[in-house]
Amino acid sequence: MTNTFEDIAQQAKLLFIIGSNTTEQHPIFGMQLRQAVKQRGVPLIVADPRRIPITQFATIHLRHRPGTDTALLNGLMNVLVTEDLYDKEFVAARTEGFEELRDRLAEYTPEYVQEITGVPAEKIRQAARLMAATKPGALMYAMGITQHTSGVGNVMSCANLQMLLGNLGVPGGGVNPLRGQSNVQGACDMGGLPNVYSGYQSIALEASHKKFEAAWGAVPPADKPGLTVVEMMNAAEQGKVRAMYIFGENPMLSDPDINHVRHCLEALDFLVVQDIFMTETAQLADVVLPGASFAEKEGTFTNSERRVQPLRRALDPLGESRPDWEILAEIGARTLALTGQAKAAAEAPHGGWEYLNPAEVLDEIAALTPSYAGIRHGRLAHAPKGLQWPCPGEDHPGTPILHVGKFARGLGKLTPVDWLPPPELPDAEYPLLLTTGRVLWHYHTGTQTRRSGGLSAIAPEGYIEMHAEDAARLDVTTDDMVEVKSRRGQVNVKVEITEKVQPGVVFMTFHFAESAANLLTNASALDPVAKIPGFKVSAVRVTKLSPDGAPAGVCESC
Amino acid sequence: MAPVNITIDGRKLQAQAGQTVYEAAAAAGIEIPILCHHPALPPEGACRVCVVEIEKQRNLQTACTYPVAEGMVISTRSPRVMEARKFALELIVSDHPLDCMTCEATGDCRLQDLAYEYQVRDDVFAGGRQHSWPIDDPNPFIQVDRNKCILCRRCVRACDYINGVEAISIVHRGFDATIAFGMDSTMEDSPCEFCGSCVEVCPVAALWPKQSIGKGRAYQLKQVETVCSYCGVGCKVILHVKDNEIVKVTGADGAANHGFTCVKGRFGYDYVNHADRLRKPLMRRYLVEGGAKPALHQPNNGNGRGEYSRAANPAAEWVEVSWEQALDTVATRLAQTKEAHGGDAFAALCSARCTNEENYLMMKLARQVMQTHNIDHCARL
Ligand code: SF4
Ligand code: SF4
Ligand code: SF4
Repeated sequence: MTNTFEDIAQQAKLLFIIGSNTTEQHPIFGMQLRQAVKQRGVPLIVADPRRIPITQFATIHLRHRPGTDTALLNGLMNVLVTEDLYDKEFVAARTEGFEELRDRLAEYTPEYVQEITGVPAEKIRQAARLMAATKPGALMYAMGITQHTSGVGNVMSCANLQMLLGNLGVPGGGVNPLRGQSNVQGACDMGGLPNVYSGYQSIALEASHKKFEAAWGAVPPADKPGLTVVEMMNAAEQGKVRAMYIFGENPMLSDPDINHVRHCLEALDFLVVQDIFMTETAQLADVVLPGASFAEKEGTFTNSERRVQPLRRALDPLGESRPDWEILAEIGARTLALTGQAKAAAEAPHGGWEYLNPAEVLDEIAALTPSYAGIRHGRLAHAPKGLQWPCPGEDHPGTPILHVGKFARGLGKLTPVDWLPPPELPDAEYPLLLTTGRVLWHYHTGTQTRRSGGLSAIAPEGYIEMHAEDAARLDVTTDDMVEVKSRRGQVNVKVEITEKVQPGVVFMTFHFAESAANLLTNASALDPVAKIPGFKVSAVRVTKLSPDGAPAGVCESC
Repeated sequence: MAPVNITIDGRKLQAQAGQTVYEAAAAAGIEIPILCHHPALPPEGACRVCVVEIEKQRNLQTACTYPVAEGMVISTRSPRVMEARKFALELIVSDHPLDCMTCEATGDCRLQDLAYEYQVRDDVFAGGRQHSWPIDDPNPFIQVDRNKCILCRRCVRACDYINGVEAISIVHRGFDATIAFGMDSTMEDSPCEFCGSCVEVCPVAALWPKQSIGKGRAYQLKQVETVCSYCGVGCKVILHVKDNEIVKVTGADGAANHGFTCVKGRFGYDYVNHADRLRKPLMRRYLVEGGAKPALHQPNNGNGRGEYSRAANPAAEWVEVSWEQALDTVATRLAQTKEAHGGDAFAALCSARCTNEENYLMMKLARQVMQTHNIDHCARL
């Protein structure tokens, strides 16, 4: 996020949520946004194909078809430009590329965008005018924007919109991606990506290559980025990747096309999984190492606001399980010795693996990562609000709002993005559009929440949400079992008839192994840049099952 | 905001215009007892426990609602104030159960603390009517005991001003007045999201976490402040621990959450001590005894897609091993992979649920030790 929850909740004059079911996925922030509407009367614009809980508080709900976000955003910007409502001062002083963007936007008239998105042209105009008239406005997005084959384009479109409105670098504004899991932000910050070291220092940049080489004694060549998760799976299938180490993740439920993932992981010579439970992924491992839960270890998490906060140890690790940092340090030291690199590493200032505690690891991170340079365990112990990176020095207070006065790269780049239809759309064989997401009661692949008595009591199983029109055609009603089939797989699940989805669209979550939506989703088509599969949109066919589970005949029109 | 000069209990202070007497006193470290008021909620001024005496005012005033003004002279502990507080408390206690012996909130009850501090006698209104509401809300998280409710409306305000769904209200009048959910039905049938903000602010045991019942008195619990393990909001929470087990979670004053949580953060902690937790390193039998890697599963339809069944293969069975053996096996296998096929034959996935330090180490393992950039995470998913 460029901004903080607090400045958005308290100072934004307008809220625009696109592709984020905020009250269910980020409940506390969802509550704060709800309060901004209730107590301060802030207008709220929600763009979401589904009627999600927060739409109840929306001034305008733009209900676009799944997979048409870029078209919608371009439509809004088209209105800003043609009606001369954009922030000319901001655009002139702080951005480049306006002419190009303007030319590309010309095509996206509200009428044309209505055809693509299904949102009435007048509503698009109304929303754009409201945004221009009410500033600063904060834009929030989540997986609904990124989990598309056009995810990177969607994200750039969000930034374009906020730059045209002049909503960056101010309290109550910003482009604010909400992170799904407790430390996604930190995992990325730490270089858990194939093309960057910690702090997004590019592997291709000579300076960072040299720096890490000097610090550790050795690094891989700078010219070839590694594989992304989906590419790793394919490389495993082809025998190019032979061994994998997976820790604290369950790609067997979270990745698209589970059958494919299973096949790939089984092709490995050696798989080590480190987790706190025997997850679906761990069941495919050769060695399983028992890690510790968040309550059993120390370390830091970085939240969506780039705020680094300390975890404190409340419990001793269960049984013989051990804190994950300890296990990793052991494996690192042993493997280093076995591969004959120990001597070179010992001569480098940060080449060794002897850590007494996570504070020493963070010291090393700080030494090698400019944006974390001032963040230390000792400091965090006395910083009740944590520290927000960039925090380049020990006397730096951290940075609550990004891009104040200046972008990191100088001028903000307005990048035209064209709308491309999702790679898989409903057809005669698979007539319904499946989109996926989460519910309030569960978290990600359910590894934790489904082992929580209360949470699984209140939401014991998954549903497929369906509009009454489709349900009538299929002759099903709430709680009926149906078979959902895509080109990749098939699951059986109960129906819930609801107004939340539009006719022609069905919705499932991916929390439940027994009705895993990701048996159905599409891994083959990836966003060309971020390599994110297009989870949010796939085509399916739904068939009613008789009570004993046998298909009860296929409906002609569905 | 303009500064305002006031005097509290003989101390001359500067307060801010717009502050209430309670806020001004709290800022100066002077404690005025509150019961229906909660600092995170708009004031109510109903219970009269926070009354103070203000010079030139005939009546005592509730500190939680009364604004400061230039030259104001306030007395927070005069005999008249103490007597009024005691009376207010005696009124509340008169129809409150006195089963503190077995009550969950003992040691963590605002009313109990105040009744003790003000030496409330339980026989002042003896013989009055007592409530007999059933304790029967069927939800899995929150026990609702209306007999203990003191009608302070903290929960009503929390649900309105913190959560926003307005699931709670007060219905009926007089002695029959009580809290109600939705259209006077169960919590699950109301708009309730089980964030537990109402539990967080309830000063007594009227709203209590079911999972914590019988798990320990407040003074027997160790409190550890940490960060919620679920979503990227990063709420600060307090884990209440007894015998190496989390027995309760409450909100801490973090920058993101200001003392409150959602349902997952507050009630979703029991996975930590779940019977399914892995307690020992595990290896497949073939790794312990030697031999080739067996098929773990058998595809039913040869094309690698579709249904699989589990093959009962003794070589694939799990064996519990020592850490030494597990760590050595992993290190040996990784080293062999690198030697035989090069570093790029290795790939690692780091974790969006583990710490920065751990993710950094995984990154270092891939890049420094294994000499590959094949590292990613599932969070783009
Ligand atoms: S748990 Fe939360 S939503 Fe439910 S009644 Fe209490 S405050 Fe309201
Ligand atoms: S339930 Fe608790 S918080 Fe709500 S009115 Fe009763 S005593 Fe107050
Ligand atoms: S308490 Fe809820 S909102 Fe806060 S971090 Fe945890 S899951 Fe997210």
